[in-house]
Amino acid sequence: MVPLPLALPFAELEVGQHLYWQLGNLKIHGQVFLSSWVVIGALLALVVVGTRKLERDPRGVQNLLEFLWDYIRDMAREQIGEKAYRDWLPFIGTLFLFIFVSNWGGALVPWKLIHLPSGELGAPTADINTTVALALLVSLAYFYAGLSRKGFRYFEYYVEPTPIMVPFKIVEDFTKPLSLSFRLFGNILADELVVAVLAFLVPLVVPLPAMFLGLFTSAIQALIFATLAAYYIGEAVHESHH
Amino acid sequence: MTSWLLLGATEGGLFDLDATLPLMAVQVVLLTFILNALFFRPVGRVVEEREGYITTSRAEAKQKLAQVERLEADLAAQLKEARLATQKLIQDAEQDCDRLYREALAAATADANASREQARREIDAERETAFKQLQGDAEKLGDLIVDRLLAAK
Repeated sequence: MVPLPLALPFAELEVGQHLYWQLGNLKIHGQVFLSSWVVIGALLALVVVGTRKLERDPRGVQNLLEFLWDYIRDMAREQIGEKAYRDWLPFIGTLFLFIFVSNWGGALVPWKLIHLPSGELGAPTADINTTVALALLVSLAYFYAGLSRKGFRYFEYYVEPTPIMVPFKIVEDFTKPLSLSFRLFGNILADELVVAVLAFLVPLVVPLPAMFLGLFTSAIQALIFATLAAYYIGEAVHESHH
Repeated sequence: MTSWLLLGATEGGLFDLDATLPLMAVQVVLLTFILNALFFRPVGRVVEEREGYITTSRAEAKQKLAQVERLEADLAAQLKEARLATQKLIQDAEQDCDRLYREALAAATADANASREQARREIDAERETAFKQLQGDAEKLGDLIVDRLLAAK
């Protein structure tokens, strides 16, 4: 779909249009990578600035980083459990930070000021490729976590509490990444669309509540994604008591 | 209008999955390793070191507090003992003082009695002698009077 029939000078709505880059005979979405590099750059800048001089009495950005670390550790420890959370803390933390900064970056950075030949910049998480990539990483992660910790005993999980559960558990392995990716993708895209449509109809003031709601949703979605990822990993490494 | 909903039907669309997906996954995995090296490991080390430091400091402080309490009790006991000793000392001294006073008083009284007795005895003796002398004198005088009277006759 492309430009809605109403052509106002200040707002234009584009959905499903991409800036294609050709890589050999592969096509990639350039705008997703551009905005994800901005997100990754912002994250790395924050981390580098904050860890430049780590002290026992934290100062400045170190406080923020320690707060984030503490928050992520609590999340990972609560979901994965005391024994295994250390191995997965960086993964869960990276998911949370990347999604959170992506979502808020998409809502807070005035991307529309930068004109691309095709498509438009926005949150990287509003592109299905990003969210599917993240969700598949989570699937790989929990399979790897379960297999590396329990070996083939991991598959006992499929027959617990009864073998009747096998088909459901197998279906679950498909629904988990599907729901993870579509939840994130849908929420972020919908939020961007709502704000864009409101801004398209009434450019002043009216989109503000939707924008605030968007910020809230964005944070919640990052939290949900990371928590669920941690929960799936925790489920995979969980030792059931016989 | 519906073309963007069709999965990969034409170029573009909301559900256009392509090489972005694996590349993004690789990017996120790389980011995980970078953040692990730059953020999670160092910050975790600092936080856990601090937690360890706080725990040990707290244990040390508790130990010190216990020591202080023990010392305080010790000192209180010592103080009590010292107070008791002082009180006993004072009592002893008072008793001593009293005893000495009584002794001195008794000695002085005895002394006084003795000297008074002696003085009385001396007075008695002197009176006796004086009396005897007077008696002798009186007798002598009487004899003299008698002699004169007899002579005159």
